[in-house]
Amino acid sequence: MSMLTLNDITVRFEPKGKPPVLALDDVSLTVANDTFSVIVGPSGCGKSTLLRLVAGLEVPTAGRMELDGQPISGPSADRGMVFQSYTLFPWLTVRQNIMFGPQLKKLPKSECEDIADDLIRAVHLTGFENSYPKELSGGMRQRVALARALANDPRILLMDEPFGALDSQTRQLMQELLLDVWQSRRKTVLFITHDIDEAIFLGDEVHVMTARPGKIKQSLAIDIPRPRGITTLTSPEFMAYKKTILSLMHDESIRADTPEPVLA
Amino acid sequence: MWTRSLFSPKTEIPKSAFIGLSLCSVSLVLGLWCLLTYGGITPKDFLAAPHEVVAAGIKRIGNLSLFHHIWASLSVILSGFILASIFAVPIGILMGSFRAVQALVEPLTGFMRYIPVSALIPLLILWVGIGIEQKIMVIFLGTFFQQLILISDVSARVSKDLIDCAYTLGANRKQVALRILVPACMPGVMDNLRVTMGWAWTYLVVAELVAADTGLGYMILNAMRGLFTDVILLGVFTIGILGLITDFIFKVLRKKLLPWSADF
Repeated sequence: MSMLTLNDITVRFEPKGKPPVLALDDVSLTVANDTFSVIVGPSGCGKSTLLRLVAGLEVPTAGRMELDGQPISGPSADRGMVFQSYTLFPWLTVRQNIMFGPQLKKLPKSECEDIADDLIRAVHLTGFENSYPKELSGGMRQRVALARALANDPRILLMDEPFGALDSQTRQLMQELLLDVWQSRRKTVLFITHDIDEAIFLGDEVHVMTARPGKIKQSLAIDIPRPRGITTLTSPEFMAYKKTILSLMHDESIRADTPEPVLA
Repeated sequence: MWTRSLFSPKTEIPKSAFIGLSLCSVSLVLGLWCLLTYGGITPKDFLAAPHEVVAAGIKRIGNLSLFHHIWASLSVILSGFILASIFAVPIGILMGSFRAVQALVEPLTGFMRYIPVSALIPLLILWVGIGIEQKIMVIFLGTFFQQLILISDVSARVSKDLIDCAYTLGANRKQVALRILVPACMPGVMDNLRVTMGWAWTYLVVAELVAADTGLGYMILNAMRGLFTDVILLGVFTIGILGLITDFIFKVLRKKLLPWSADF
């Protein structure tokens, strides 16, 4: 049973010589076991900050965060993360990258190798086990990054716009592959994006965030049957969700583009 | 028309054009040299003719004295350079990524970097005498502070995401430093060692200024006293060629040791 709960999370940045910025304001969020939750919001709304808090890479100014009832403090292999930027370790091969987590846990070598080989098959990278990241395309690198995060068998998988740097065709393929992997392995996923189509296509639940201060404006359950494929993208339900979220986001994007409110 | 490519920035030109232009510049200098000497414009004690330099070289290769000088200089340069690298690489990596180390080291190195090594020679003589130690110290001081700054820059530029990513995979701080920071610095370290090796050669004559009885720098200084411009030029060319060889060795080493890093 894995459940992530965030209660009244507030983050205030106080940059030197500038007025303080309220990045997240009283955000509360629950991510249920084995669900795919997506946070969608305009750029600069604090959604990445929220994910980094859950990863333990940043500390909230106020509020409580718990995973399975245990408070989150600092990063841990429990909470795997896939970043938007390419973060494969360039000096390690695909296989060594995926084995990085299991090896830190001091699992026996044969077990690490089994985990890696299994995941390499799952993300369709058979034949590239011994390639270095520089030899891979952007989509392939993000597949390895996904496999590497999954190799630790984390309780929750955090994804920070992992396909943001990819072209739209590759992105669509990556989304389908991610759903395949997710369906066969059943993980709790918290996924961040600014792409509404991506959010609806992937999520069981979509949380729309407002811009500065970052707040959850509305949460929607996406009731589109799985497995989802490209036909999903043009279905009437999909369009209806898109219309709703688009209008929510439209107001927000305009607000995000106006100057920040100055805090007293 | 390929001539257009000559005047377009960042455009490839035909290989034959590249070689042709390179030959042009070399032969221009050689031609000027021949004109000055064989044309009787400059006397021999001002500028020796090409064939005289070749003759001086053949004579000193025959009686092995050139190799004797090369060996003396190489041992000074390599000792000073290796000694500097042994300290500069680890301290530089720490300095670029740990603010505490930066605070400790930067005030001293920032100051020392601008002091010409030649200004320290009198002190060096008082402290370590006029033996080989003094010459090694000149090379050491000439390269160490430069290496430190360059390598600390490399370390500071290591992507924060790479480090955060390792944390989310379960690495602790020590593992992040040793398994992420250090390998991530290696390509930059190799490049800067190659650059500073070139600078070490430029300090050679300064190092052999005082109380030397062998070495290429000594050979050049000694030849000046007798106005033997052929020997001076021989020494200059030898240093240039040895510099090119060490540069080439570094390029090969980088390819062999760091096959994973992007080509430069």
